[in-house]
Amino acid sequence: MIGPRGMKPVRRLSPRNVIIYGTLTILALYYLLPLYVMVVTSLKGMPEIRMGNIFAPPVELTFEPWIQAWAHTCTGLSCDGLSRGFFNSVKITIPSVIVSIAVASVNGYALANWRFKGADIFFTILIIGAFIPYQVMIYPMVILLREMGLYGSLGGLVLVHTVFGMPILTLLFRNYFSSLPEELFKAARVDGAGFWSIYFNIMLPMSLPIFVVAIILQVTGIWNDFLFGVIFTRPENYPMTVQLNNIVNSVQGVKEYNVNMAATVLTGLVPLAIYFASGKLFVRGIAAGAVKG
Amino acid sequence: MEPSILINQLTLNYGPVEVLKKLDLDVPKGEFLVLLGSSGCGKSTLLNCIAGLLEPTDGQIHINGRNVTWEEPSRRGIGMVFQSYALYPQMTVEKNLTFGLKNAKVPRNEIAERVARAAGILQIEPLLKRRPSALSGGQRQRVAIGRALVRDVDVFLFDEPLSNLDAKLRAELRVEIKRLHQNLGNTMIYVTHDQVEAMTLADRIAIMRGGEIMQLASPSEIYNLPVNKYVASFIGSPSMNFFEAVLGQGEIKLKELSFPQQDYQWSSEQRSGQVWFGVRPEHVVSGDALGKCKTQFDVVVDMVEPMGSETLVWAKLAGEPFRFRLDGQTRIVKGDTVRVGFDLSLASMFDAQTERRI
Repeated sequence: MIGPRGMKPVRRLSPRNVIIYGTLTILALYYLLPLYVMVVTSLKGMPEIRMGNIFAPPVELTFEPWIQAWAHTCTGLSCDGLSRGFFNSVKITIPSVIVSIAVASVNGYALANWRFKGADIFFTILIIGAFIPYQVMIYPMVILLREMGLYGSLGGLVLVHTVFGMPILTLLFRNYFSSLPEELFKAARVDGAGFWSIYFNIMLPMSLPIFVVAIILQVTGIWNDFLFGVIFTRPENYPMTVQLNNIVNSVQGVKEYNVNMAATVLTGLVPLAIYFASGKLFVRGIAAGAVKG
Repeated sequence: MEPSILINQLTLNYGPVEVLKKLDLDVPKGEFLVLLGSSGCGKSTLLNCIAGLLEPTDGQIHINGRNVTWEEPSRRGIGMVFQSYALYPQMTVEKNLTFGLKNAKVPRNEIAERVARAAGILQIEPLLKRRPSALSGGQRQRVAIGRALVRDVDVFLFDEPLSNLDAKLRAELRVEIKRLHQNLGNTMIYVTHDQVEAMTLADRIAIMRGGEIMQLASPSEIYNLPVNKYVASFIGSPSMNFFEAVLGQGEIKLKELSFPQQDYQWSSEQRSGQVWFGVRPEHVVSGDALGKCKTQFDVVVDMVEPMGSETLVWAKLAGEPFRFRLDGQTRIVKGDTVRVGFDLSLASMFDAQTERRI
């Protein structure tokens, strides 16, 4: 009765583990280093920055650059800081997210459950839309908005975000609704529920995960958008990203690296918070949108 | 009697594929009809057409004398029970039961009455406030039946309702469904691929294959007088033994064996030619029961499958595999020679070309 017995012992320091965890640690450091430099720099005063030790922690801790970035830094003629851009971005993101998800979820539901005539063609066109580079559609979109009298307004930008979010979101929702058991839908029809009744009473309550995923995708996507923001709005309506660019790239006067760093971290804070809060759901959303056809 | 359901020349095509082929069917009021067939035979498609969940390419469906071919499922006077239960997961059992009634704008006191009645019949009163996720499989299926019950309809449609349950529960609920039918007297159409369910529940069985009904008859007629070789082999477990045989000069010849035709129950005028000769394993007898049998022969045992109550024996007859059942207490091993026989009046013969019963 000698020899192996029971559970196999685990070797923590096996060559395989060393390689895996070693690689992961190095890569994580590599990606975290710039963030570290940014945060550290934003907490230093300008004299300290000029000494050139970008990796050194701040000797004299100061939060002045953060206040400066949020409330006082200048873009063009106005000097009210990034806060204006922040609230513009909020005004753009919230309606865009709500409208695009509301429309796309109904689209996906109709495509998955109500096999109407031409559904396949409609879906194909929508998917092709996802593969056309945005740049191709910018000029026609500008003309379209001008004709509608929405060019330059926040409403116009909300419309643009809703339209461009449609293909991927519809795909996401269609795939999700297709994965729900078909018999539920049939049972609801036998129970006399119509298009909207099934959507609101049966489908919506079962779809919280995919709505969370869609919200994450849209909030981060729209918040990080620069291209549409700079094209479709006027300076007073610029979203945070555009304003950040204008602050960082301004060529007049001294380069205030600490303020620039603080402004950048501030802008990235919203998506960052979303990533941290959602974690697994975000990964699931990317997989659901990208892998399934 | 007035037909409860009348189906006229029903056709359904998916592109070039014909799923249902000009199907005719009428079901009298109060009948329990089972649609039986292997997967892909069109039985579920037919049920979905009756429910209005699939649109037929051609043909008509009448329920209670009303042409409902273009009606919405909810306005056909049917209740349906699904294989996966299809209970709304976010609603309590009570809400599941009342959802359809609220959609139909039934007055509140009547809803309460109907739910109480259905819950009483199915003994699910203690479950009313629970969510489906907190129920066992059998309880879920009971609630699903309840959802059809509260609709107060004349026709119940069951789409393989017991297939997701384990064997013991299946047998229990089968009896309950049969009792339900006896108490309510509704017309019920029941789709299954399980022949035991079909035989035990049905007033009539429709055996389907390739979008057509092969045979529509009572369980005993389907078992004893199958119209063709497919039905004969489909019904019965283990399935019927088949042998190539030749008819002629008042005899049936299975290679070296031959016996007189006189006891066979003829279904046609054919008395000669190539045929399939079929005999069910449970109709083969041995020992004392052999006395009355005119057809007797010896076989050598190839394999034995003891099942407790009975023993299934594999042997060879006329060069073909030959299965038969013996009493479970019989002591028998591979290589033994057994004398067996059968009553020719219980056998079936099918034309070798058309495979129709003769």
